[in-house]
Amino acid sequence: MGAQLSYDIAHLIGATVLMAGFSLLYQRRLFAVLNTFAFQALALAAAAAWQAHIQHAPHLYVTAAIALIFKAVIVPIALHWLVEQLGIHRNVETAMSIGWTMMAGVALVALSILLVLPVTANATALTRESLALAMSVVLLGLLMMITRRNAVTQVVGFMALENGLILAAVSAKGMPLVVEISVAFSVLVAMTLFGIFFFRIRERFDTLDLADLETHRGDRQ
Amino acid sequence: MIGGFTLLPGLDNPLLWILGVPLGSAGFLAVLKDWRAATWINVLASAITFASSLLLINVRPEPTRLLFIDDFNVYLVVLTAFVGLTTSVFSAAYIARESEAQRLSDLHLRFYHSMYQAFLFTMLLALCANNTGVMWVAVEAATLTTVLMVSLYRTREAIEAAWKYFILCSVGIGLALFGTTLVYLAAQPVMGDGADAMAWTLMIKQAHRFQPDLLNLAFVFVLVGYGTKVGLAPLHAWLPDAHAEGPTPISAVLSGLLLNVALYALLRFKMVIAANGATLTPGPLLIVMGLSSLFLSAFMLYRRGDIKRLFAYSSIEHMGVITFAFGMGGAVANFAGLLHMTMHSLTKSAIFFAVGIISQNLGTKRIAAIKGLTQSHPVLGWGFVLAVLAIAGLPPMGVFMSEFLVLSSTFARQPLLAIPLAIGLLLAFGALVARLQSMAFGEPPPHAHAHGKAGPLSAALALTPLWVHMLLVLVAGLYLPKELVAWFQHVARFLG
Repeated sequence: MGAQLSYDIAHLIGATVLMAGFSLLYQRRLFAVLNTFAFQALALAAAAAWQAHIQHAPHLYVTAAIALIFKAVIVPIALHWLVEQLGIHRNVETAMSIGWTMMAGVALVALSILLVLPVTANATALTRESLALAMSVVLLGLLMMITRRNAVTQVVGFMALENGLILAAVSAKGMPLVVEISVAFSVLVAMTLFGIFFFRIRERFDTLDLADLETHRGDRQ
Repeated sequence: MIGGFTLLPGLDNPLLWILGVPLGSAGFLAVLKDWRAATWINVLASAITFASSLLLINVRPEPTRLLFIDDFNVYLVVLTAFVGLTTSVFSAAYIARESEAQRLSDLHLRFYHSMYQAFLFTMLLALCANNTGVMWVAVEAATLTTVLMVSLYRTREAIEAAWKYFILCSVGIGLALFGTTLVYLAAQPVMGDGADAMAWTLMIKQAHRFQPDLLNLAFVFVLVGYGTKVGLAPLHAWLPDAHAEGPTPISAVLSGLLLNVALYALLRFKMVIAANGATLTPGPLLIVMGLSSLFLSAFMLYRRGDIKRLFAYSSIEHMGVITFAFGMGGAVANFAGLLHMTMHSLTKSAIFFAVGIISQNLGTKRIAAIKGLTQSHPVLGWGFVLAVLAIAGLPPMGVFMSEFLVLSSTFARQPLLAIPLAIGLLLAFGALVARLQSMAFGEPPPHAHAHGKAGPLSAALALTPLWVHMLLVLVAGLYLPKELVAWFQHVARFLG
């Protein structure tokens, strides 16, 4: 298979991750956000597996497996369950209108292309464009975290940002520790989910611990 | 052996002990049921770690792919291990009273002690890491352990603070990872694939051949990323909450140590950038962020009602001064920055020790409710006065000396920049002294002893770390040993 075809496929998959990042921005329902995120994780798994294949780097298959099993399956299912349990599956509030959010998203993608392409003139074509795509995904994740106010969508935004980081790391040829980094992120995300769960449960049941709250209320202004 | 490097240190290597003891005891403390024993094992483990770190001053193990010790990080390792030890002593007294007051359950305490050691491990690992990726993973793990400890009290405020800390710092270190990847990409064409292109010791020698544009872009991400964790304005929003809501020993190590570790990461990247020559100069960026942190916190100090928040803002202030110093660069300013990092760690953790006892004795963290400490609790009160005067920068304490050096080196090179710096320092000084007056002097409130006093042993345990730190700061202000000066000068030169 020619190098050109390998690159094209890598960029196609990377662009799919980016497109999923865009569609995360305009989803109005929480379940739709989760499904779109699962799709993005799936695309990321494919990107990592493809990079493993063309770079002859078997450890990236592990990263792909983590993305597939943990992010595309377990996390969305856990969030589905959490959202149902907590009864928060109404429309998602946004801080900015969808139109403006999309415009900002387009501007961010343009920005990352303008920034990355000139400075990577010496890198291989594979790295160059994947890096531009990855940086766009990172910035879109950041934008999502800013424009959404719900804790669940904030976490999804963070995970989308993280997908961009993993995409950058797998595209950087021969970068060590990619597996360790994706494991570290998975632990972080698992803890976050645990955190929301805890946070929301407290909000609903906090009369149970009123005595505990009383003693500390005086400590704050 | 890989290309002249062994991967991990051997048994006779102090590094193994420095990292192994905290990690092992974190595991052991997680399963140990008796919390009283746990407090002492915590102290013992920290003492062994500190003793092994002292060995590093004379014995420098060979760098490996993963770990290394050079003149720059060794002093931070020793400082971290030292404050880790004194805080564990303070924590033994603090935790005993929290448990008596039934604010923390036995399960929480087991968790707390295990996390304390895990946190020490992650900080030491970040400092010793020779690999940018390992360093990143360590800083991330440090975030996780501290988030868990900040939320320890399980109040709504604590959980909110932990959530904010978590989200902001996760995004921050996420961006730092992107910066790290970009640095790898800049290094990879020169150094080849794999771990070589992520090792500090190897990168610094080849940095002049890296691609400058890529390094510039990388530095922006690293600055925003690790800068969030340093608490530099405008990325500081998590810091006051996280410092205020967690248990006080954690506030002491967060403020005294973790901020230093994040700044260390930033400085390592700055060294690689500075070694290149064709890149932008990182100095102005650091100066702007340092000054804005200084001003923001100096104004914020005036209107704080919560004593822990007050000193959290003071940490932002001092991190700003340190960042400013390293931004100025040059031998004198770097020297001042290194010294100020040390002095701030010692003084700020001492202040948090005092604040912990004060809030336990008086049962409040509200500044308005704290009065006449020097009368109601003389040993504690005067220790607190000394510590606050030190952090405000009054001579002859060590903090004064380092601040004076920052100011005079700025005046010598960029007189115009010295003006805002001096104004910021004076503003912060005024706020702290004004607050101190109402807290330390005057009539103590009638219920000053209502919350009971600690037993004599417990009180001595809680106060000793405070006075030890203050003694060190005072000595450093009056006399710095020649060896230490020579050492800092050497490090200051290669910091660029």
